[in-house]
Amino acid sequence: MPASLRELRQRRQSVAATKKITRAMELIAASRIIKAQQAASAALPFTRELNRAVSALATHAEVDHPLITDAENPKRAALVMLTSDRGLAGAYSSNVIKMAQRVTERLHEDGLEVVRFPIGRKGISWLSFRGLPIEQSWEGFSDKPSYAHAHEIADRLIEGFLRPDDEGGYSAIYVVYTRMESMLSQVPRVRRILPLEVVEGVAPPSEDEILPIYEFEPDVETVLDDLLPLYIRNRVWFYLLQASASQLASQQKAMKSATDNAEQLIQELTREANQARQAEITQEISEIVGGAGALAESSESE
Amino acid sequence: MATFQLEVVSATRMVWEGHAERLIARTTEGDIGIMANHEPLLASLVPWAAEALAEDGRAEIFLVDGGFLSVAGNRVSLLSQYVQLGHEISLDEAEHELAAVKRIVDAGDADDEILHRYHRAKAQEAAARRYREANGE
Repeated sequence: MPASLRELRQRRQSVAATKKITRAMELIAASRIIKAQQAASAALPFTRELNRAVSALATHAEVDHPLITDAENPKRAALVMLTSDRGLAGAYSSNVIKMAQRVTERLHEDGLEVVRFPIGRKGISWLSFRGLPIEQSWEGFSDKPSYAHAHEIADRLIEGFLRPDDEGGYSAIYVVYTRMESMLSQVPRVRRILPLEVVEGVAPPSEDEILPIYEFEPDVETVLDDLLPLYIRNRVWFYLLQASASQLASQQKAMKSATDNAEQLIQELTREANQARQAEITQEISEIVGGAGALAESSESE
Repeated sequence: MATFQLEVVSATRMVWEGHAERLIARTTEGDIGIMANHEPLLASLVPWAAEALAEDGRAEIFLVDGGFLSVAGNRVSLLSQYVQLGHEISLDEAEHELAAVKRIVDAGDADDEILHRYHRAKAQEAAARRYREANGE
């Protein structure tokens, strides 16, 4: 007999318990995606207005700002990678890590040293397991980031960017995050946040549109000084929101397939258990029949 | 009276949107009043209470934590990372915070962060007072 009836039933029960857990996690992830998506869309007006202001400044001023200018002789580059704090989200974190590895290789080919800023426990443990140096890390909010987190991260990144490369700074900042294309597809992406490419998103004015001539208060430089850090924080905020929504979507997908697998397993185990039960009954009957036959024979021979 | 389109936006949400007759905000250079058809402007703000007179005659108070004012084509947007509406500010809490921070500032041990909190608390208190006045409490 392959497995006893009791063993099979036990296994089925444990799979059923697992299924309940994965099902619950699937539902939790599903409800939180909605919240994450709402947060992402609520942040849109700020991004839109900020982009408009930056474009206005870029078209008006002869922009020459440390956050925009490319370094002449870059030696180091920062790499921020947005992973999750917990597993059970399918290939979400490993996709980001793979992408980050490719970026690292490319930066090394360009002769740049890479300064690593992992966000999320998975990325941190991946780096520390391989003994790779971590400049600074953040964790604990991968599925529910707040603007204060974006504020803190962006300020730390800018501070390092403004320091010369020889004194522990870096000349470029790349971010690897996962973009939420839809519920079904989340794609890891690389973006350079600094130095800024101001031309991005500035559409040439159409013929009938007159560009407003802005007054600046107090002056262009000061406004730009105040605006750019805000812009960077907003970029980081955008990436955090995208990453959290993607993470929840991957988690939901992973948990859904775990639930489906559990269901299939339960079905198979139930069938096997039924077969085992039937076999036991058949054996018992044949034992009784055999025993009765033996008894009848022995009494006849007497 | 002529109105303009006003949007008050924080990093995480659209705080207020509608037509207004007048907006008063504090830039790094001092108070500025905006009315309909103002010339295009981009100004840096300091933490302070901005006040708008809405189309329906109601006064709205927005506590901004720095940020920008941008005016173009009769559209005005007030951008700040953190924005609180007048009724969200508690005067007691603001006074409490102000007193606590003021002690540190007066003692002369204030760093940049404490100073920022001090300005913020002052703005908060002023905003709460303005809100009470405007609503006749």
